[in-house]
Amino acid sequence: MDFLDYAFMQRALLAAVLVGITAPAVGIYLVQRRQALMGDGIGHVAMTGVGLGFLLTWSPVWMATLVSVLGAVLMELIRWYGKTRGDIALAMLFYGGMAGGVMFINLAPTGSNANLTSYLFGSLSTVSDSDVTAICVLAAFVVLVTLGLRRQLFAVSQDEEFARVTGLPVRVLNLLTAITAAVTVTVAMRVVGLLLVSALMVVPVAAAQQIGRSFAATFAIAMAIGVSVTIGGTVTSYYQDVPPGATIVLLTIGAFIVLTALAAPLARRRARGTAGGDTTADPAECAIPGSRAAADEVGV
Amino acid sequence: MTEPVVSLRGVRADLGSRPVLRGIDLTVRRGEVVALLGANGSGKSTAVRSIIGQVQTGAGEIRLFGADRRRFRDWHRVGYVPQRTTAAGGVPATVTEVVSSGRLSRARFGVLRKADHAAVRRALDLVGMADRAKDSVDALSGGQHQRVLIARALASEPELLIMDEPMAGVDLGSQEVLAHTLREQVSQGTTVLLVLHELGPLEPLIDRAVVLRDGCVVHDGPPPMAVGQHALPGHDHVHPHAPAGSEPFRTGLLS
Repeated sequence: MDFLDYAFMQRALLAAVLVGITAPAVGIYLVQRRQALMGDGIGHVAMTGVGLGFLLTWSPVWMATLVSVLGAVLMELIRWYGKTRGDIALAMLFYGGMAGGVMFINLAPTGSNANLTSYLFGSLSTVSDSDVTAICVLAAFVVLVTLGLRRQLFAVSQDEEFARVTGLPVRVLNLLTAITAAVTVTVAMRVVGLLLVSALMVVPVAAAQQIGRSFAATFAIAMAIGVSVTIGGTVTSYYQDVPPGATIVLLTIGAFIVLTALAAPLARRRARGTAGGDTTADPAECAIPGSRAAADEVGV
Repeated sequence: MTEPVVSLRGVRADLGSRPVLRGIDLTVRRGEVVALLGANGSGKSTAVRSIIGQVQTGAGEIRLFGADRRRFRDWHRVGYVPQRTTAAGGVPATVTEVVSSGRLSRARFGVLRKADHAAVRRALDLVGMADRAKDSVDALSGGQHQRVLIARALASEPELLIMDEPMAGVDLGSQEVLAHTLREQVSQGTTVLLVLHELGPLEPLIDRAVVLRDGCVVHDGPPPMAVGQHALPGHDHVHPHAPAGSEPFRTGLLS
């Protein structure tokens, strides 16, 4: 455990754990809404924020947060109002965001494509004290929203139409989800990089839903996977000279494969467990119900 | 006359450029069970979706419990059962988790208290799904899934139930349970508005039928009685109030 002696490793591990918690916590609602690739889109838009941060010599993390929140709100508005051309508008937003990032960072006096690479693929060992502060504040916001409003967000993500009839402010909750996703992207940016952010939002959830039967269990398993792979990837990259971001993502996919392989026998055992209940239900489904008798006995 | 729970006056709605509702009037009074009937595309689903604010209306007035729909806030008085979609997948959820969503119209942003959990259990009991409370909804049959959606609507202990095709794709066993559940609710004074494709096992419960065709109300009165040969599935029922020369109103399974 000698890696804990280094300040840069302590910062890296703290950032990694926070990402392991927050990314699946938001991702579960995105997966439920079938917007699994939204994180990817926000990641592209966040690049413009990073570029602007260098150009204006602002903190790239806070600038990326600002721009990706604006981008996420715009995406949500396109989802409401855009109908047939929605996908084209989203594509323009994504590629515009990416091109903007490359442009701004090259215009900046201190910026170069090398700086951009550290945001694209993560750069855990260069996480600074001010980065850690920003990551902690942003992660606290994400945890507060995703855990505090889990029932409301679950209802909206599961059945938007029904949620509206319960009187929940569906649009506000949708906007909040988009903003929280944008904040998570910037939290994860330094750890796994903007291009791999979406993997940490989606893959732990996909892995967890192979074995989870309830939303609560899936939520907990996804976060456990997230934290395990981010710590595992960070420590691996300390001992072996491998990029942490890529290691974390490959470990996540490994977890998905293992859990998928485990899921099939587990499902078979559960099916055997409930088989007794099903056989008692069968005769009722074959019987002719009483109220249909009049219609069936026709004397012509 | 008792107070109207739902009232629509001259409601018009378009989907895209196609008019779907062309000025419909509909009143549901307290304690009534009203069936909205009509062929596919007649506008019956759009009509109920306009009541809950899911479809924008072009003209007309919608009132719920005497209040303008846009200013109506007491959503816990309304239980809504949407048309069941067969799309599976997504994140797993248990029966209890789904039914608990229905309680949010009362709990709002607060935590679920003991009374809320009790109401969820009661709703599951009403549809005979209490023994499946901890099961994933993905493991249920179509009929059981529909019963869960009805339990979700009942969880807020509503005074008005709005159901969109509750019997579509539901096995006979579940149809019986649903009819029984509905009978109990009605006997306790719940008002019901349901969209139906055919009357089926709910027929004895229904006080009044409103028939839509091409976005207009063509019948509002006692449910069309099916007797003798007319009761045979697939038989076309020619409605006496329909304008001369119009298409026969088809109640049959084969239409």
